Amino acid sequence: MMLKIRNIESGYGKLRVLKRISMHVDSGEIVTIIGANGAGKTTLLYTIAGMIKSSAGDITLLDMPINKVKPEKIVAQGCSLVPEGRQVFATMSVKENLILGGYVRNKRKNYQQRQELDEIYSIFPVLKERENQLAGTLSGGEQQMLAMGRALMAKPKLIMLDEPSTGLAPLIVKNIFKIIIKLRDAGNTVLLVEQNAKAALGIADRGYVLETGKIILQGPAEDLLVNRDVQRAYLGRDVDTDGATCDVV
Amino acid sequence: MNPDLFFQYLLAGVTYGFLYAIVAIGFNIIYNTTGIINFAQGEFVMLGGMFAISLNNVLPLPLAIAAAVALTMIIGALLEVIFIRWLKSPSVLRMIIITIGLSIIIRELALHFWGETVYSLPYFIGNELSTITILGAKVSPQVLWVIGVSTIMVTALSLFFRFTSIGQQMRACSSNRLAAQLCGINAKNMVTFSFMLSAGIGALAGCVISPITYTQYDIGPGLAIKGFTVAILGGLGNSMAAVIAGLLLGLIESFSITVIPLAFQEAVSISILLLILFVRPHGLFGRSETASLKEF
Repeated sequence: MMLKIRNIESGYGKLRVLKRISMHVDSGEIVTIIGANGAGKTTLLYTIAGMIKSSAGDITLLDMPINKVKPEKIVAQGCSLVPEGRQVFATMSVKENLILGGYVRNKRKNYQQRQELDEIYSIFPVLKERENQLAGTLSGGEQQMLAMGRALMAKPKLIMLDEPSTGLAPLIVKNIFKIIIKLRDAGNTVLLVEQNAKAALGIADRGYVLETGKIILQGPAEDLLVNRDVQRAYLGRDVDTDGATCDVV
Repeated sequence: MNPDLFFQYLLAGVTYGFLYAIVAIGFNIIYNTTGIINFAQGEFVMLGGMFAISLNNVLPLPLAIAAAVALTMIIGALLEVIFIRWLKSPSVLRMIIITIGLSIIIRELALHFWGETVYSLPYFIGNELSTITILGAKVSPQVLWVIGVSTIMVTALSLFFRFTSIGQQMRACSSNRLAAQLCGINAKNMVTFSFMLSAGIGALAGCVISPITYTQYDIGPGLAIKGFTVAILGGLGNSMAAVIAGLLLGLIESFSITVIPLAFQEAVSISILLLILFVRPHGLFGRSETASLKEF
């Protein structure tokens, strides 16, 4: 099992955000966590990434416990987080951003930087064109791709994406979701947090619904897509009034 | 003013300008990784000079200087590890007050060890009487050492930040600390490195300048104010602008004695500091939008 979380509790100071959450991610699947603002989605990712320490429970990555491990070591162990809001190194070039992404690996002897860069450029051709441009001058969509490319430079076993669609035009969101599918098909494991529940469930294998720090629903993505509660709360469909015309049981 | 005298002032201005610029770059390196002004920066310059002077009693000059720089770097790293690293999420003000406290402690310790005596390193080449004539102006060869070493330091630093892995990691931390940590970079170590680097360049500057300006336990605060003026003048965090701003301040100070008495020379930099804080707090080369995003 790629990632296993058991009864995790976490928060900021005395504020407990996550209340005994358990979930898992298998190798090679896309798992999505959907939920409203403030449900604790980002807190959950930050807790897995080690940026916030959990106060109870265990997290294991490939059967290795990581809840006491420092964030930079977790990256080296193969779990990368792409934070929300396109956190690129704005004052550095696209290429420098990517090289820093591979930092945990470039200490190894047989590290082929050029080859690794070319691999990323083949996934995101636009980054190749912008190679020497400062990251801060890229468009929103390009910055999101750069942030993803930078995380991929670490060759993560599990890549976690926090709201990759925020603030992007629909066409670009579509493109980014296509890339996420491609990443899965290439053997990567993806944990995707999204407010855009419809798009996320559309590409995911399984999903969890997070509400005020608890997982209230889980299951295969196609089941969640047709679930009445999910539809009412997250897909913006008024099940009670147009339920008759809707093909939901 | 005759051309010889003009050139004399010019060289003096450039010499001091580089010294100020290096203190300012020390400020900037730490500012970039932590967002604070390290008010102990002037003390690093003093310590570098003092260590080299003491060590020169037993070691040849180049070795004494190298050892002094290394010692000061270790002290810089220790200060960070002991007083700053363990703070969980320190406010900018708290860290600044810590550095002010540290500067006082270092100064008092220096007073204890070296007393109030004014020391100086020997001239690197020749003695206080030897001069070189350039374009009619008589200058000490030490001036050329200061200018040369400073130029090399500034160039080496910009290459370091551009091409080495640690340099890139430090820039990444200053650009976006969160993202840097998520790339697997140990941000806390980068802060320690930035203290080491600042201490190192400050100490080296303190050694090359010592034969001309002399070294005493309390030269730190004066230098810190000049360096701070230069850092603000160029725009906080911008090291290349600090070089230009440093030369500018050095030249203004140097030429000011042609219009106002020497005794008022210190007032010049303070006046410039106040003026720039009132009129252009983001510095001559900084942009006001980016300055408004800064916490300090």
